[in-house]
Amino acid sequence: MAFTLYALIQTAVLFTNAIAVLHEERFLSKIGWGAEQGIGGFGDDPGIKAQLLNLIRSVRTVMRVPLIIVNSVCILLLLLFG
Amino acid sequence: VSNYPNPLGICILESNVRMRNPAMDSSEPGQLFDDTSTSAGPQGAGHSGLDKGPVAYTGQTVLSDPMSNLAMAYGSSLASQGKEMMDKNLDRFIPVSKLKYYFAVDTLYVGKKLGLLVFPYMHENWEVCYQQDTPVAPRFDVNAPDLYIPAMAFITYILVAGLALGTQNRFSPEFLGMQASSALVWLIIEVLAVLLSLYLVTVNTDLTTIDLVAFSGYKYVGMIVGVLAGLLFGKTGYYLALLWCCASIFVFMIRTLRLKILSEAAAEGMIVRGAKNQLRMYLTMAIAAAQPVFMYWLTFHLVR
Repeated sequence: MAFTLYALIQTAVLFTNAIAVLHEERFLSKIGWGAEQGIGGFGDDPGIKAQLLNLIRSVRTVMRVPLIIVNSVCILLLLLFG
Repeated sequence: VSNYPNPLGICILESNVRMRNPAMDSSEPGQLFDDTSTSAGPQGAGHSGLDKGPVAYTGQTVLSDPMSNLAMAYGSSLASQGKEMMDKNLDRFIPVSKLKYYFAVDTLYVGKKLGLLVFPYMHENWEVCYQQDTPVAPRFDVNAPDLYIPAMAFITYILVAGLALGTQNRFSPEFLGMQASSALVWLIIEVLAVLLSLYLVTVNTDLTTIDLVAFSGYKYVGMIVGVLAGLLFGKTGYYLALLWCCASIFVFMIRTLRLKILSEAAAEGMIVRGAKNQLRMYLTMAIAAAQPVFMYWLTFHLVR
């Protein structure tokens, strides 16, 4: 109940890390969530599964470098200040 | 203000509403606030003409010193430069002009909106009026979302929470900060969840993020009413008031979001089959049902 903004930032970083470590070949394709299954029909409406796969793929592509930076900063701060 | 639904069902605001305030400088169509700067000019000049004699003599000794003159000129130019730079940079991060739209309210609007939040059952026309493709300022349309009520309700909620704990001798000053950041975090989480679900369902809507923040902030009004009733009448009062406010905010959210999320045909009341519309209806109901849950979650620990 006693949430602080810092807890929110921690949660966001952990969530993004969790999405970033999902491997394309070894995991997502095995459970049918690979990139090629998301493009699917070029009809009028993508559907929820296609949108979700699109979101996962774009998060993994876009947030890769910022996550490296943010994680390094977090590790440094935790080492210095406990 | 005469808002009338024309045969097409779209609410178009008449332009004669601009004539309501004759002192208003209504040259630009995007004017949100009354311009009161011109009316103060003539009177000021009239008064200062009378006592310019004695004042000018003493003032002259300060302003005649060239060094202080130079310093004042330099200081004022520096200040204006800094202000310019800050305005330019601030506009990149926070869209200030867009925020101004949400604060263009007046007392009548606030009164009507608060009444609508507590008793939405008699209101019939929930559409937002448009004026040449842009939404009308909240001052002229009671259905438009604003940020004034949510901001004030948030702050009042923090203060009322402090008051409630104070009457139970559980208060400490850090509590206010903790409660504020806690409620803010829940608000952010809720807005992010709604944004995510809107993205997943691929809804083409003109709901902006600030609109969603405004809608999520409306439940603080109900929470304040509930906690105050709990303070005055004990637990039964709290539960009754909370039940009433939960029901009204549920109806309010459904009726407001229905027009924005569902397609045109479904919003008019006709039952439209199809998986897409059903999904959107579920989404609307989920968003509306989350409000009472949050209302209870954020206030039950305050009333013992």
